[in-house]
Amino acid sequence: MNYWNFYLIKLKRGVSVVPKTMELKQGTEMFQILNENGEINDGQQAPDLSDDELKDMYAWMLKIRTFDGRAIKLNRQGRLGFYAPMAGQEACQIASMAALKKSDWLFPSYRDMGTAMYHGFPVEQVFLYSRGQINGMKVPEDVNMFPPQIIIAGHVPHCAGAGWAYRLRDEDKVAISFFGDGATSEGDFHEGLNFAAVYDANSIFFCQNNQYAISVPLSKQMRSETIAQKAIAYGIHGIQVDGNDALAVYQATKEAADRARKGEGPTLIEAVTYRFGPHTMAGDDPGRYRTKEEEQEWTNKDPLVRFRKYLESKGLWNDEEEERVKEEILNEMNEAIKKVEKMPKGTVEELIDDTYTNIPPILQKQKEEYVRWKEEK
Amino acid sequence: MATMTLIKAINDAMRVEMERDENVVVLGEDVGVNGGVFRATEGLYQTFGEKRSFDTPLAESGIIGASIGLATMGFKPVAEIQFAGFIYECMDQISTQAARLSFRSGGRFNVPLTIRIPYGGGVKTPEMHSDSLEALFLHSPGVKVVVPSNPYDAKGLLISAIRDEDPVMFYEPMKLYRSVKGEVPEEAYTVPIGKANVVQEGSDVTLIAYGAMVPMAQKAAEKAEKERGVKAEVIDLRTISPLDLETIIGSVEKTGRAVVIHEAAQTGGVGAEIVARINEEAILSLEAPVQRVTGFDTPYPPSAIEDEWLPTPERICAGIYKTLDF
Repeated sequence: MNYWNFYLIKLKRGVSVVPKTMELKQGTEMFQILNENGEINDGQQAPDLSDDELKDMYAWMLKIRTFDGRAIKLNRQGRLGFYAPMAGQEACQIASMAALKKSDWLFPSYRDMGTAMYHGFPVEQVFLYSRGQINGMKVPEDVNMFPPQIIIAGHVPHCAGAGWAYRLRDEDKVAISFFGDGATSEGDFHEGLNFAAVYDANSIFFCQNNQYAISVPLSKQMRSETIAQKAIAYGIHGIQVDGNDALAVYQATKEAADRARKGEGPTLIEAVTYRFGPHTMAGDDPGRYRTKEEEQEWTNKDPLVRFRKYLESKGLWNDEEEERVKEEILNEMNEAIKKVEKMPKGTVEELIDDTYTNIPPILQKQKEEYVRWKEEK
Repeated sequence: MATMTLIKAINDAMRVEMERDENVVVLGEDVGVNGGVFRATEGLYQTFGEKRSFDTPLAESGIIGASIGLATMGFKPVAEIQFAGFIYECMDQISTQAARLSFRSGGRFNVPLTIRIPYGGGVKTPEMHSDSLEALFLHSPGVKVVVPSNPYDAKGLLISAIRDEDPVMFYEPMKLYRSVKGEVPEEAYTVPIGKANVVQEGSDVTLIAYGAMVPMAQKAAEKAEKERGVKAEVIDLRTISPLDLETIIGSVEKTGRAVVIHEAAQTGGVGAEIVARINEEAILSLEAPVQRVTGFDTPYPPSAIEDEWLPTPERICAGIYKTLDF
C-alpha cells in the first residue's frame, strides 16, 4: 500500500476537517479553501475562526504589505540597508503564525520578517537589523524566536532539534521554520527533516515556494512534481497548500501544530506563492528572469485581494478600516526609523562582549588594547 | 581513585555529568546501544535509557544542527562526531551556527554544546579518519577547543566542557585512548578550560604540544637530555582555544627557546598562532627562532606511511637542536 493510500485511510478513519489534504496524491492538486474571487470552494469549509480573528489576520497581512512598500522606499532613501521584500507572501507568513501560540518557537529566514513581527519581534529591531546596527538580532526575552537565518536551510536542523526537545519533555510546544523553495535542495533540509521524522519532533517545516531561488526557477531546482511530496520520503505528513489563500494556510498549519502537540510527528507544508518584488534590494532585477505576463498572473492571485473580498462578503471590512491599519503601521514605522537613526551603531567592544558567555583572556586583551588605542587616538 | 584508560575517563565524565544533571544527553552515530565505535559512551544507553542517549541518523550536520536546537531549549547535548576527518560535513553548523548564536543574538542565546571528536594518527585507520583538524576551530570565534593528553585531564576537561555555557570542541587523541592509564578520581571534578599544564620543568627550551604529541614531546625531552644534557620544559596546552598565553610566554621568557609540536599540517596550524604570539609578547627573550615540528602540508597519509609522516622524538630533537645551535 503506498503512503498516500495509507494516509487517505487514516484520514477517513479520523475526523478530518479538511479532507482535501489527502488529495495531494502526486501533488497535482493544491489544498485551497478560498478561491481567487474570495469565495469558499465547494466541499470546503472555513476554519474555526471568530470574526475578530479573521479581521486581525487580514489586518496583519495588510500591515506587512504596507510595511514592505514603505521599507523599500526607506531602502531607496538610504535609511534602511539589507532588505528582502516579502510582498505576495503575506498569507504564508501571517496565516501560518496565526495558527500557532506565543509559546511556540519560530525559526525564520531573512525574508520572514512578517512572521517575526507577528510573533512579537519589534519593528524597531527589524530596522536595526536592516541597518546593520548592534543588537538588531537581539530577540527580546519574551519573544520565542531565533535570529533570522541567512544560511539557506541552516536553521532547518535547529527547528528539528527544538521540536525534538519538546517531544522529549512532552511539552505543549511547536517549532516552526520558514524557508524557500531553494532551501529544499540543501543537505540541511534533508538532514533536518529526517531527524525530525525519526524523533517524532514537534516541528513544522514551512516552505514558501515562491517559484524562484533568486533567479533560478523551481524547474531547475528539482525534478519532483511538488515539494510537498518529499514528505513521503521522510515518512511524515506533507501538504501542498495555496500559499495565497490565508484560510488554507491557517488550516494546514493548525492541523500540523495539533498533530505535533499530540506527538504525531512533524509536517512539511509547501505553500505555493510568489514574491512580487526582487530577491533583495541590493540590485536584483527580476526582469532578467521573469516575464511581465507571469508577474501579472500572480498579481491576479494576490493574497490580500482575495481575503479582503471574503471579509467584505461577510461585512467585516471596509475602506475606513483599511486606511486605519495602513496609517497605524506607517506611523509606527516613522517613529521607529526616527528612533533607530538616533540609536548607536554599536562598537567593536560590545561585539566582543557577546562572542562568548565569558570573554576569554586573549579576546579581553584585544578589547582592552583597542579601547586604549581609541582613547589615545 | 581508580586506574583508568583515557577512554574510560571520558566515559566516566559523561556518566557523572548525566547523573548530576538530567539535561545532559549524549547523541551521535552508534553512541547508544553499541556504546560508540570506540566505546566512549559504553553503558550510558543501558544506564540512562533511550531518552538520554541517542543513536542518531548518519548525518553530521544534522547531529550538530539538532544539538543546537536541543541546547537552546534547555538540554546540554554531548554530540559525538565519529572521526575528526568527518568534521567538514558539519562546519557550517559548528562555525556559523553554534559558534555565532550568542554573538548574533546579542547574548540572548548561548549554545551549551559539547562536540566530542576522536582525532589524530598512529592507529592505522583508512584515509580521512586520522586528520587533526583542530586549527579550523582556533580560527572560528565563538567555540572553544580542548584536547586532553591523559586520563585525569580527559575527565576533568570533559566535565568542564559539558558545564560550559558555550560550544566546546573536545578532541580526543585516538592513539592514547587505551595506550595511557592513570589515576582518576571517581567523583566529579573539573580541569579548567584555557589553562595549560607544565608537565615537566626545564630551563633550556620549551616544548609546546597537545594531545598525543605530549607523550611524544616527553620522549623527545628524555632523548635530548640523554644526548646533549638538554633540560626541556614541556607544556601540555590542554586547550587550543582560548590559548593560555600566560603559561606559554612565561616559559619562553625563562628558556629563551621554543619548539611547537603538532600532528596537523604545518601551514596555518596551531603552531603558527603560537609562534606569532611568542613574537608579539616575548621576542626579546628569544635566543633562536621558534621551531615547528609538525605533520607535512599534505593530507593525512595512507596508514603504512603514517609513522614517517607524524612527528617523532628524532624529529622533535632535531628541532630542539636547531634552536640550541642557532
